Amino acid sequence: MTDAFSHADYLKLVNAAASGKRPYFFDNPDIDRLIAIVLAMAGELAVARERLDTVERLLARKGTLSRADIDQFQPDSAEAAERGRWHLEYLARIFRVLQQEQELLQRGPDEPSSEEVAGELAR
Amino acid sequence: MEPKPHYIARPSPSGAEVDCAPAFTEAGQHSMSPQLEHDDIARFNFLANFNKFMASKVVGGNAVAYEQRAKPAYAATQGRAPRDRREIRAAMRPDPYYRLWSSLRRNAMEMRQQAGRSVVLRQAGRLSARAQAANTGAATLRLDPGTQVPRYQSAIDNHCMPGSYYQEYFPADVSAAANYDLGMFATTTGLFGRFLDGAGAGTAAWLRKLRPDWQPRRILDIGCGIGHNSVPLARAYPDAEVIAVDLAAPMLRYGHARASGMQVANLTFMQCNAEQLPFADGYFDFIYSTMFLHETSYVAVRKILREASRLLARGGLHVHLEQPPYQGMDEFEKFLRDWDCYHNNEPFWTTINDTRLADLLPQLGFAGDRIFEAEIHAIVDREMPKVAAEVEDYGRGGMWYVVGSERPQ
Repeated sequence: MTDAFSHADYLKLVNAAASGKRPYFFDNPDIDRLIAIVLAMAGELAVARERLDTVERLLARKGTLSRADIDQFQPDSAEAAERGRWHLEYLARIFRVLQQEQELLQRGPDEPSSEEVAGELAR
Repeated sequence: MEPKPHYIARPSPSGAEVDCAPAFTEAGQHSMSPQLEHDDIARFNFLANFNKFMASKVVGGNAVAYEQRAKPAYAATQGRAPRDRREIRAAMRPDPYYRLWSSLRRNAMEMRQQAGRSVVLRQAGRLSARAQAANTGAATLRLDPGTQVPRYQSAIDNHCMPGSYYQEYFPADVSAAANYDLGMFATTTGLFGRFLDGAGAGTAAWLRKLRPDWQPRRILDIGCGIGHNSVPLARAYPDAEVIAVDLAAPMLRYGHARASGMQVANLTFMQCNAEQLPFADGYFDFIYSTMFLHETSYVAVRKILREASRLLARGGLHVHLEQPPYQGMDEFEKFLRDWDCYHNNEPFWTTINDTRLADLLPQLGFAGDRIFEAEIHAIVDREMPKVAAEVEDYGRGGMWYVVGSERPQ
């Protein structure tokens, strides 16, 4: 649980865009956006894989769990809400680039790029 | 001193044991460490391995793309090969491999911020309370809310860190500092040590070797951040008064609480601008900064060094750990090193690397000193598992170029 922000504010702050124009590298910046999402997906898949690995190793160490136990699992409402919350965080994480695009659009075109500041700071 | 060729990223030797990044669970735990859950750790494990993968397996493709594709294409239109790093940059800009590498790298930086922020903002209230419990009434933490954030910090968020070092979401917030602390182990793939103090520990060892029996009375760390490189100097010289200064209150609050949890008593954290410091002439015997000057500006770096000269005592010594200057370096390597300036919000990086600070010192009050350049290697904890191949990722390796001077008695 978050202790200083509402869950909605927390999700927004976690994803905040750094100030300054964001560089895009491809002629079509949609490709950059797609890469952002694909890399985030790769990260989350690695996280899920590591968690599964932890579970499997703990089961091997401590006891057993049948496949049927997993297939027949019914979350209670608190558990279901916890899973729902996880989904919100998951989506925010993967689709960070969408929120940041919105933030940067809202801030308008006046933020300098790092390149522009580089010129300024070199003087 | 010409920069040594080993600054260039080297591929891992074949037959290396396990070429993976150290697990995040190896990172040191201290009294201010944020609490991590399983998936937080797994996320940093992914990022550390991704960074290492990029640095060891992917970045090298840029040189191939340049030789095979970008350089011939440039020559076809311009009638000659690119002459300097700016022309190499122009030649590489349309290259598909360079674009893909750049896009992935920028995203890795952003994901590192997101991963850290998702941990620390969840517990921002608790972290702030923990810092306050350690800091309240301490004479060794001196904050000055009147400190102005200079343009070189406010213009753009440093290394894509939303809110930079100084943003506070509520009074006594330390989340910016906790995020900085948390992510660095993954960003540097452990090369700075478990407590990120490799540069400070390296500096202390280097100083001990240079002046075996010397006992500095007062030591100044400029741009100390969370004091990760102040603590090793305070420990190496327990009889010295160590003062660590920074602009950002969240970093100082967190750093002070962290140091007091480590039972370091001879270390004072002060909020002030390094361009103008509230100490008497000749107050410090040893003055140093680690990876700080590149986050300032053309004008500020001169003011800061001039101020260091004013504060340096007779018989004293000052050193600054930075990236090696570009002078004498291959143009393609300069181009790769420039990436952080333009695409990772390090806007002064290129300019400072183009400056040989040793040439600047005589004009800034150090003309009568013995000016030197050297190299300092990170000293990381012995219990840290040996990383199979140390790959220097153009600014994230465990070694630094050092410039400084010794003042005669």
